[in-house]
Amino acid sequence: MQLVKSGRIVEDRYVRIADDAPIPDGVAVIVSDARFLANAGALLQRVEPVGVLWPNNRPIEALAPYLGRLALVALAFPGFRDGRAYSQARILRERYGFGGELRATGQVLRDQFLFLLRAGFDSFEVSKEGDAAAFVGSTRRFDVFYQPTGDGRATAFRRRLGRPPQAVPAGTRAHAL
Amino acid sequence: MYRYDDFDQTLVHQRVAEFRDQVGRRLSGALTEDEFKILRLMNGVYLQLHAYMLRIAIPYGTLSSEQMRMLAHVARRYDRGYGHFTTRQNIQFNWIKLEEMPDTLADLAGVKMHAMQTSGNCVRNITTDQWAGVAADEIEDPRIWAEVLRQYSTLHPEFSFLPRKFKIAISAAAHDRAAVAVHDIGLRMVRNSAGEVGFEVQVGGGLGRTPFIGKVIKPFLPKRDLLSYVEAVLRVYNQYGRRDNIYKARIKILVHELGAEKFGAEVEKEWATIKDSALALDPAVIADVAERFTYPDYERLEDNPPALARARQEDRAFAAWLDNSVSNHKQPGYAIVTLSLKPVGAPPGDATAEQMDAIADLADRYSFGEIRVGHEQNLVLPHVAQKELPELWQKLEAHGLATPNVGLVSDIIACPGLDYCSLANARSIPVAQELTQRFRDHKLASTIGRLHINISGCINACGHHHVGHIGILGVEKNGEEFYQITLGGRADEDARLGTLLGPAVRYGEVADVVEDVVAAYVELRKTPQELFIDTVKRIGIEPFKERVYAAR
Amino acid sequence: MTSPHEQKKRKVSGSVVVTANRLGDGAVVYRTIDDDWTTDLASAAVLAAPAAAVLLQRAEADGVRAVGPYIAPVEFGADNRVLPGNLRERIRLAGPTFTLPGAA
Ligand code: SF4
Repeated sequence: MQLVKSGRIVEDRYVRIADDAPIPDGVAVIVSDARFLANAGALLQRVEPVGVLWPNNRPIEALAPYLGRLALVALAFPGFRDGRAYSQARILRERYGFGGELRATGQVLRDQFLFLLRAGFDSFEVSKEGDAAAFVGSTRRFDVFYQPTGDGRATAFRRRLGRPPQAVPAGTRAHAL
Repeated sequence: MYRYDDFDQTLVHQRVAEFRDQVGRRLSGALTEDEFKILRLMNGVYLQLHAYMLRIAIPYGTLSSEQMRMLAHVARRYDRGYGHFTTRQNIQFNWIKLEEMPDTLADLAGVKMHAMQTSGNCVRNITTDQWAGVAADEIEDPRIWAEVLRQYSTLHPEFSFLPRKFKIAISAAAHDRAAVAVHDIGLRMVRNSAGEVGFEVQVGGGLGRTPFIGKVIKPFLPKRDLLSYVEAVLRVYNQYGRRDNIYKARIKILVHELGAEKFGAEVEKEWATIKDSALALDPAVIADVAERFTYPDYERLEDNPPALARARQEDRAFAAWLDNSVSNHKQPGYAIVTLSLKPVGAPPGDATAEQMDAIADLADRYSFGEIRVGHEQNLVLPHVAQKELPELWQKLEAHGLATPNVGLVSDIIACPGLDYCSLANARSIPVAQELTQRFRDHKLASTIGRLHINISGCINACGHHHVGHIGILGVEKNGEEFYQITLGGRADEDARLGTLLGPAVRYGEVADVVEDVVAAYVELRKTPQELFIDTVKRIGIEPFKERVYAAR
Repeated sequence: MTSPHEQKKRKVSGSVVVTANRLGDGAVVYRTIDDDWTTDLASAAVLAAPAAAVLLQRAEADGVRAVGPYIAPVEFGADNRVLPGNLRERIRLAGPTFTLPGAA
């Protein structure tokens, strides 16, 4: 498994802590949703950063009160066909303005990096051979986007405005609204 | 026609490059079949019984002659000389090699065609009325909105891995030719009491194993809110649609389990948070999309020119075709011509490369270079001058494209069935072929009148058997092909599902049973004008049941 | 006549082969006794159903040359020729049961 952040392969500074293990001092940790919700107050008092691994079948709205002090939210892709966490990511970023690290964990393929990026993820646990190294190339395949998302890329709808109208082919007329 | 610009064109080319890379990784073994499968499906590539199938989108069913010629080229160069027009405004090629897929797609990209999202658990090709822009009964051209939705849903970063496929249809006419009630989202353009045009939104319609008619959750949605509202529906579905059972994963099950009211309330809640986001459609954006649609510079012509009346009197065969396959156009002096892809004894919806080329030439000569694809697996020349109909008819005849059976009993919709499809229980196409033989006599067929037969080879219902006036569904019993027959389904604005006639019958008996049903109808109808579907509605299926099963 | 998915679960008895589609072009192929693939049913390894499980496992491990292997029934013709054992397999071997458009 390799971690890609801001387009580069990096060392993971977070340690994932099992529910029954003590939480070590001095390191950044990721805990489960259950443990986090049970001890949110104490956990968020820590000096070191705290992250939570949130399952894709639990409403993400429950995290809203803590987002300001959470350093990281890791969302789960139990299979590469299961796209629930794309919605969770957009809700975190676009509705609640979450500004911490948003990490994709589980099964993701390089063919999904761009979708993930556009949904607001900025770090990726990559398990498939060669995919981490292919990150930058895979996310630069397209430069036309049709949907507005929180990443702020201009949509084709917008970019067309203000351009001179296309020539109308001979023998036809354009639609008049 | 919609004119793609460099944005649309760039995206299509970049998608081909990406897919070429994906195919390369699969062939080298870097991707497993399990991983590759979702990637190929998102680009319309299926594996059927004998070969790969490629499904190409024909957005809102509009094709230029240039695009049609490219389809002919693909049929010749990469396939076995023919293609199949589907019920969802797509075309399928059945014999394309995976190794040659990228080149095929690159050729198609040259005429702005693609296979994006023609399969997979994403928003599929948006379909609409095949007469859009020319129908006399439409509020406005629904293709503008289909195009807005096409762009919005293409490579959507949030909704490309939904619980299941997602189909949107839109209709703007009084008569619904897009079957919106059997779609995941069905949009009907309507006018509110203030005279503004907007959308009535239905959700949760669909066929398959558990068929449902869509339920209205928003009686009037303003145009500016189309995308934000669709996004809200998709977001609720993406999070709460079932993923534990493939047969319960469509939105119709979620809507059914929650109830339409509760589902609608969830959507409203979500919508409230995004209604005024960047998704709100600016009038300038709508105008920009609308302006990309061009319409023919029609000549000023009179309706019913003398040449037409003369030809009708002189030639009975021409008159039969005129009455059957030609419809009113909103422009005086013009007509909408349907080309039947259902000649006697042929697989429904198939066209050869030669026919495609011929149709392209005829479209250039008679229809401003434009062709439409409808959901009945027929083609349409949408703008033909009435005075040229006799000449056009002769040319269509020569290519086997003027069978006057549109909307009649031999205009059968059939899925590929066990002759191609790996999910099938039973064959569909040979059943359709046999039925067209039984009803080949035009006089008999026109006595019977409007009657839709729909055939599916399994419960996935690609042949829409639930909404056929007569529906035929292939099932399997002890390794043998059997067929269930339903009566009384319909897909129009009075959409309803058919009722099962009785126990399934064997392959060899299907045509006999259908003949019995039709004969019973002819005897039982109140007047010769009472359509099959109305007779079934009036008297129920019992009289038909008696007739069919008494003899067996 | 059921999908490959269902066929795996269904008990196939008697003589069987392992079949799949070739990755590059989708052609119907059969597993041979020396762990290769052939388009010729006569060259396929024909086994009693219980013994085919091992052949299937090895075929499944070969994920690059062929896709979706499963066990399919066969029968023997008068001259002891190997024939597909049901309609679905007959169609896979011989193609659609009607004349293809443009071929007439
Ligand atoms: S209805 Fe069934 S047999 Fe027919 S094409 Fe669909 S999946 Fe295949």
